Amino acid sequence: MEDETPTLAVEDLKTHFFTKLGVAEAVNGVSFTVKKGEVVGLVGESGSGKSVTGFSIIGLVDHPGRVVEGKILFKGEDLAQADDDRMRSLRGRRIAMIFQDPMMTLNPVLRIDTQMIEAVQAHEQVSEKEARETARDALVQVGIPSPDERLKSYPHQFSGGMRQRVAIATALLHKPDLIIADEPTTALDVTIQGQILHEVQKLCRETGMSLIWITHDLSVVAGLADRICVMYAGQIVERGEISDVLDHPLHPYTNGLIGSVPSHNRRGQPLAQIPGMTPSLLNLPEGCAFHPRCPRADGACFVQPQVTEPAKLGHEVRCVHPHLEQA
Amino acid sequence: MAEPLIELRDVSKRFVKTLDLAEKIVNLAGGSLREEVVHAVDQVNLYVDEGEVVGLVGESGCGKSTLGRVIAGIHAASDGALFYRGTDVTGLSPEEAKEWGLDVQMIFQDPMSSLNPRMRVRDIIGEAPVVHGIIKAGEMDDYVDDMLLRVGLDPLFKRRYPHQFSGGQRQRIGIARALAVRPGFLVCDEAIAALDVSIQAQVINLFSDLREDLNLTYLFISHDLGVVEHLSDRVVIMYLGRVVESAPTEELFDKPNHPYTTALLAEVPRIENRGRKFMPIKGEIPSPIDPPSGCHFHPRCPHAMPRCQAEQPVLREIAPGRFSACHLNNEA
Repeated sequence: MEDETPTLAVEDLKTHFFTKLGVAEAVNGVSFTVKKGEVVGLVGESGSGKSVTGFSIIGLVDHPGRVVEGKILFKGEDLAQADDDRMRSLRGRRIAMIFQDPMMTLNPVLRIDTQMIEAVQAHEQVSEKEARETARDALVQVGIPSPDERLKSYPHQFSGGMRQRVAIATALLHKPDLIIADEPTTALDVTIQGQILHEVQKLCRETGMSLIWITHDLSVVAGLADRICVMYAGQIVERGEISDVLDHPLHPYTNGLIGSVPSHNRRGQPLAQIPGMTPSLLNLPEGCAFHPRCPRADGACFVQPQVTEPAKLGHEVRCVHPHLEQA
Repeated sequence: MAEPLIELRDVSKRFVKTLDLAEKIVNLAGGSLREEVVHAVDQVNLYVDEGEVVGLVGESGCGKSTLGRVIAGIHAASDGALFYRGTDVTGLSPEEAKEWGLDVQMIFQDPMSSLNPRMRVRDIIGEAPVVHGIIKAGEMDDYVDDMLLRVGLDPLFKRRYPHQFSGGQRQRIGIARALAVRPGFLVCDEAIAALDVSIQAQVINLFSDLREDLNLTYLFISHDLGVVEHLSDRVVIMYLGRVVESAPTEELFDKPNHPYTTALLAEVPRIENRGRKFMPIKGEIPSPIDPPSGCHFHPRCPHAMPRCQAEQPVLREIAPGRFSACHLNNEA
């Protein structure tokens, strides 16, 4: 296991946006790995850089942003150095992305079959009939009933949950090694979200596909992910096995996030809130970006904290005063 | 016991899509297009006692927002009666109707689209109380300062426009605007759904504090069971326009009765559940234009029997204070 090259290894990734108002360091030194068949949750609030990290990996960062530093090693190949042609051949074939709003992924004026067949033929030289078969199989895989008829429908004829399934099916067409899912269930109802999570979980187990699940919702990743990275203001502040991070959070921000989620056992009691709000990326606080909101902050926090593993190997935290005494 | 603050008796709300000219011509030429009727709310009985927090839960399209709007007086009910402090609202005198309108305030999901982008915060919050004679125009500044402090905003912000605030702050402005006319009852329609987790917690705590300080009554409409569980005394579950279950929060979460509630509770993602297997209920939420016959939930229900397809179950009391609409309760 250990000697295997991970599906993805991101090393010290920095993606900055060069705006008129200054440089926004949206992703500022992010490192993590995703092994084969593993589900990694990337958790953070709006503006934490979680989506930009996803876009950087798949090479879709728009002007005025660009990857300025770091390596994105996809099965050993550095995508940060790859040219457009190489990226185009990987994107959609070996790495796929699922977006929050499936209406964004699907073309509203084309039928599903047109779009899916095009996606198949973009990377494989197959006849239209074969491509249609592939598309049909993908729809079956994500649990869409009567796929032959559904292929002939337009996106607006699907419900939100069904549309997201079509988007997932499209991502699955080439059996990619890595799928980046950016808040794919946020816009869906609870029962439909459950269905999508069920399909995704099954696919990862069955196909050995790796998944990066980007979300702001800790409770969704809790049930789905193997490992979790918590992001704040462009950096990963805590990283580790899901149960380590959620049961023994080291970083005050993770701790605050967990306290913010209404839980079964604390009905009626006030929630442990994090004061203040997420800082603007153009004007980050000095040192640890979280210190103005942090209950443990002191003078030492004005220096950028280093990543340490104070509690357990593989459970990393970027904080000077981690929560260690928790039983 | 005193009269409930708000009581609904068999309230229905239908939206009718009338035929346009082209469709009428098609019909003249022998077509058979018919008006589409959406039964958004279908014979709902509901009461909210003074000082109570009632959570109204359901998935999209179940009519929970429409019901909230009927209660707040934004939509008139198509059928049934709405009682405000024991009087039918259709029989209220103009003064009483105004009192009802001011007493029941609504807080909306998207604070950006519910605040006028071209008004300053001072006017957004201060306009209504001046118009309604709650304060004099000269007192507006002090009053707005009070309101802003109450919701945790700096009074210095009052000359700003809504776009200059973050989402959480905007929601606080929406709350301050609702509180400015001194209501007793707030209808919160997905009021925190659009906020980040840490900001959500802040606003939830604000709601709890306001309830204690001002003795407010809430109808808390949400799809998020975790939040509803945290805030509410009693929970009402809706499915496709009908109330399927209603019970005190603790009992409902510990022992759901209706199969839909059970399924909904099983799907709530929780931090405590690790590496779980997701076992979703099958199927989609049907369209309210053409709902299934009998019990609306029967096509997705694991316990469905022939009777469910034929006969609509009645919402009946299965234990003191607990109501459920399911044929299974009549079997035993």
